[in-house]
Amino acid sequence: MKPDPVQLPLPGFDRENADWTERYQAQIGEDRVLRNRSGIEVRPLYTPGDWSGHRYLEDLGFPGKPPYTRGIYPTMHRGRRWSQRQLIGLGTPADYNARVKSLLDAGGNAISLIPCNSVFRGVDCDEVPTALLGTCGTVVNTVTHMDGCFDGVALAETSTALNDPSPFTLLAFLLGTARRRGVPWSQISGTSNQSDYLSHFVANHMFYRLSLPGSRRVLLDHIEFCQQQVPRWNPLSVVGQHMQQAGATPAEAMGLTICSAIQYADDCIARGMSADAVLRKFTFFFDISISFFEEVAKFRAGRRIWARIVRDRFGIEDPRAMRFRFHAQTSGADLTRQQPLNNIARVTVQALAGIFGGLQSMHTDGYDEAITCPTEESARIAIATQNILREEANLCDVIDPLGGSYYIETLTDQMEAEIEEMIARIDSAGGMYEAVETGFVQSMIGESALAFQEEVESGQRKVVGVNCFAEGTDDSEPAPYRPDPEAIEQVVAGFVEYKKRRNSRASQRALDALARSAASKDENVFAAVVEAAEAGATHGEIVVCLRNELGFGNPLITP
Amino acid sequence: MSAEVAAPPARVLVTKIGLDGHDRGSRIVASYLRDAGMEVIYTPPWQSIDAVVNIALQEDIELIGVSTLATDHLIVPQLMKTLGDADLGDVGVIVGGIVPETEHEPLLAAGVDRIFGPGATREEIVACALELVTRIRTARGTDS
Repeated sequence: MKPDPVQLPLPGFDRENADWTERYQAQIGEDRVLRNRSGIEVRPLYTPGDWSGHRYLEDLGFPGKPPYTRGIYPTMHRGRRWSQRQLIGLGTPADYNARVKSLLDAGGNAISLIPCNSVFRGVDCDEVPTALLGTCGTVVNTVTHMDGCFDGVALAETSTALNDPSPFTLLAFLLGTARRRGVPWSQISGTSNQSDYLSHFVANHMFYRLSLPGSRRVLLDHIEFCQQQVPRWNPLSVVGQHMQQAGATPAEAMGLTICSAIQYADDCIARGMSADAVLRKFTFFFDISISFFEEVAKFRAGRRIWARIVRDRFGIEDPRAMRFRFHAQTSGADLTRQQPLNNIARVTVQALAGIFGGLQSMHTDGYDEAITCPTEESARIAIATQNILREEANLCDVIDPLGGSYYIETLTDQMEAEIEEMIARIDSAGGMYEAVETGFVQSMIGESALAFQEEVESGQRKVVGVNCFAEGTDDSEPAPYRPDPEAIEQVVAGFVEYKKRRNSRASQRALDALARSAASKDENVFAAVVEAAEAGATHGEIVVCLRNELGFGNPLITP
Repeated sequence: MSAEVAAPPARVLVTKIGLDGHDRGSRIVASYLRDAGMEVIYTPPWQSIDAVVNIALQEDIELIGVSTLATDHLIVPQLMKTLGDADLGDVGVIVGGIVPETEHEPLLAAGVDRIFGPGATREEIVACALELVTRIRTARGTDS
């Protein structure tokens, strides 16, 4: 027999509520005001007085239908497991290749490539101290390096996320590798994981290489090129992760990310691209902090807002465009150097929040994240954490299992209001591009980072092993990952040799053509990047060429 | 330093060398030192070692704070050598961020005064900075 739907006011509700309030206050004395990271007050109890479900169809609906609060697909994780996409990047192309194969064996089902910091900085491996090469990512400067990274990996059957900021040389190297192997570009799938240049200017300064206007133009060329030539590729991943890691609160990070997506969509439309086709390819990438309920609510609210924006701002009702597809990564900033094994517990809670938040793809951090690029052991435990949550804890059995909780639904509404307010602030600042250009966003995030740190230092925000329970425990440090110096020397020597042996006339011609395309108004710069890569030009050469034409980024950094 | 005579504020450079750009920590530390009354010159990340030494020379820097999160500490010994070559061997140098314990020794041997890891507090950092500034002022006879 089905129970009757809840009718408010419930007979006796007010009396019982007043009675509980009195008893609660009698026992707790003066109650503290608790706030979550986004500044929302957290009360001790939520009831149908906060959320009654009477707007169920409008606010929640069913999974796979607008407003998608409960999930973007009808079956969610019960129908299809999320992609376990671990960030991978270390050492030489051969080191990377070995790690990829080991993670695929351990149950990972999608791959990613994090290049060496030298690549992020736009230079080749022979331009930096060798001590810094391969410590935090893989040295990839040419098509040959990329071929080595994916040795024995079937490109047409593997979805690859490339941490590949403007001008997207890694995708160019991947396409070059595909051509060498006779794999049609139409079969290459994956995501340009770091194409969101606005987030780089705001928060992850390691990535910026080109001026803000230059980055804007190259991204649009990249999106257009991929639409035409690499249809299974997602050319844009809009990144909230950088901003939250840099100190933005969860609500700020979600709001700013949606503002970036609006900016990119507006830019594509101004370029004459079809809004529908472009929005169908947008993906998102978020941080998952350990603030469990807040993160679940953040994701649910983000889905609802994005669906509404696609419908109301862009006038599109195509579900493929309205679906808020996202990858998420457990927060490294929450992990501690102290008592490092505790981080396994932290990552587990963060991952739970991501799963209940309805993610499509996840990276779980290694417990040694605060010290080093993950070792093979910590990387395996991180994958195992996902496997345990999925296979043993049965978290995939029920879709949106926290949906309908008085607290979660109230918090989802409150996070939605905070996020909407952030979007309104950025709108009135002239949109995300302008808000970044003036430094408005950077200052806001800096203030939030400082406020958070002060809460930790004052002990108001507890961190186990840091400002509480810090005594008398094992504080031994995991050994850091360092690549084999000889192998690194060999890669550098091989690279120098490669530059001597290649057809330098062909690569120079391609670089000249790249410069001309950047100087022109109507040529596609990314098409010229791909041609230069295939003609043997290196990452550093391509970046230098474009910097000369498009200018170097000014990061607008203030303490 | 006597309480009656106001000493000029400490001149501190907060910077990052090498390849990494994560600056959440260096920005926070710069704010701490500024709040403590020091004059802080703050640079964007990825400074070259020569650039850092030049700023130290031109700005009469008494203390350098180097933030490192992604192995850039591996080139700190080279910074120390370049500082020494420029006759700035007495400038205090604090390294903060992620430096694995097994890699502290080469930095300290090269002359780094202090390495702060995660969990270092505002008080510890400020106290150490003041101590190093006092040291250089005493040595240079600029402390009165």
